[in-house]
Amino acid sequence: MSAPTEEATGAPAMVEIRSVHKSFGAVEVLRGIDLSVRAGEVTVVLGPSGSGKSTLLRTVNHLEKVDQGWISVDGTLVGYRRSGNKLYELREREVLRQRTRIGFVFQNFNLFPHLTVLENIIEAPVAALGRPRKDAVASAERLLARVGLADKAGSYPKQLSGGQQQRVAIARALALEPKLLLFDEPTSALDPELVGEVLDVIKDLAHAGTTMIVVTHEIGFAREVADTVVFMDEGRIVEQGPPADVLDRPAQERTRAFLSKVL
Amino acid sequence: MSAQTETHAPSLPAPPDAHAGESAPRIVPVRRTGRWAAAVLVLLLLAGALVSVVRNDAFQWDVVGAYLTTDSVLRGLGLTLWLTGLVMVLGFALGTLLAVLRLSGNRVLQAVSWGYIWLFRSTPILVQLLFWFNIGALYPQILGISTVNLLGPVTVAVIGLTLHEAAYAAEVVRGGILSVERGQLEAAQSLGLGPWRRLRRIVLPQAMRSIVPPAGNMLIGTLKGTSIVSIIAVQDLLYSVQLVYHRTYEVIPLLLVATLWYVAVTSLLSLGQYYVERHYARGTAGTR
Ligand SMILES: Nc1ncnc2c1ncn2[C@@H]1O[C@H](COP(=O)(O)OP(=O)(O)O)[C@@H](O)[C@H]1O
Ligand SMILES: [Mg+2]
Repeated sequence: MSAPTEEATGAPAMVEIRSVHKSFGAVEVLRGIDLSVRAGEVTVVLGPSGSGKSTLLRTVNHLEKVDQGWISVDGTLVGYRRSGNKLYELREREVLRQRTRIGFVFQNFNLFPHLTVLENIIEAPVAALGRPRKDAVASAERLLARVGLADKAGSYPKQLSGGQQQRVAIARALALEPKLLLFDEPTSALDPELVGEVLDVIKDLAHAGTTMIVVTHEIGFAREVADTVVFMDEGRIVEQGPPADVLDRPAQERTRAFLSKVL
Repeated sequence: MSAQTETHAPSLPAPPDAHAGESAPRIVPVRRTGRWAAAVLVLLLLAGALVSVVRNDAFQWDVVGAYLTTDSVLRGLGLTLWLTGLVMVLGFALGTLLAVLRLSGNRVLQAVSWGYIWLFRSTPILVQLLFWFNIGALYPQILGISTVNLLGPVTVAVIGLTLHEAAYAAEVVRGGILSVERGQLEAAQSLGLGPWRRLRRIVLPQAMRSIVPPAGNMLIGTLKGTSIVSIIAVQDLLYSVQLVYHRTYEVIPLLLVATLWYVAVTSLLSLGQYYVERHYARGTAGTR
């Protein structure tokens, strides 16, 4: 199902997820996930609520630890160091360092409400990467222009619409110049008329060659920008492939049943 | 009531696009006679009480005036103020540490923090203060120095009040930290911010919104609570006036001197709390 992509194409995989298992108490939420994402590609993850999509995304930047298996991003194991046949858990400092190379965009934005838009964006470059404040401000302003919010630098998040807040959150994630962007249902908390503006920003990033994993229920978006669509159910990947296959000619009954509900 | 609606309803035109002028119905608020009567009655009672206080010579307002700004009273006030400030700062510093320990992943540190809070909240501050005052009985010497010399009454007051304050501050700070949405911490983690930065820059400023109101209460409570140090002969505001009335027997007017100062300072602090709360409410809907 998931052939090692390096061998198939020669392009290195940006993300490798190998037999990842994760339980919360007695409930196994991820039951052996294998997935590769090549550099510059967009992977869209679909699946019913509770199928483990968020959990999978969160393991990729080690917000959740895996119980079994491993994940690498850009050739580096996430959260562990390998020595012989053992994986040693990394110290928090090293994990934080790794996270600066992975951007995460949350369903509820999670902007810092007591900081202005600009302060939200420069916080990590300054505090986590030690970049000079002046440089950070300059690139924050460029990013704000890119997401169409150049005039909102001094606003507080609560003064913005949901769509604007999510675009700020995307700019905040981009400020670290990550190798990989993870989106967890970035438009699910938005009023319908605001979904488009956020999807447009994500599409722009996709066309610019950003590597992304996007959990979403927006099938139209998946069809338009995904290189690979992954359908998850009950902690497993049921089916994956190009959107034309998975969305239009699903091989699995469960995929068909799900698509018939969301389309 | 029903008669009113009946007479009004048919005569009302569709209000939004009704033309202004004679056709627009006038709104007549309900007449609240009872409310007015109650207000007048209460004001009369208050005025009566005030008159009786002012005209009762036993209050000896001239003595109050004479002592209100004497050096010893002002010195006492000064001590009360800096003792309050120091105890608040040290108490909240220790309290924040205790709160962080309590919320840490380390079971032993959690237990230590819990035990501290339990112990210092379970005993009266009066007992704690007397205990520290008499600690020399348990440890006659500390690091080779006589305990009595090392721990004068003022030092004992600072230590005793701080340790007590910290137990309460810990709970206030912990409640504040828990009030911050979990997603905030996750966002900070996913941006690679370290634990200290997350606490100081992301969590605590947001926690302040729920910390400030109870902390304001504690500050006012502490200001008045410091008067307890008069029992170990620390010359705070209360003890200063006590020294005078033990000499002159003008007990009531001198207690009034202390009372007036406590009220004045407390009022200023309440005002300050309003501005501090407004500061930490920034970024929430409805401000700015
Ligand atoms: N921190 C957690 N503790 C316990 N159970 C959790 C936790 N996070 C997620 N779960 C459970 O794991 C399952 C998968 O959740 P999630 O990954 O959020 O699914 P999805 O994002 O696909 O809706 C759900 O049943 C959810 O209740
Ligand atoms: Mg989810």
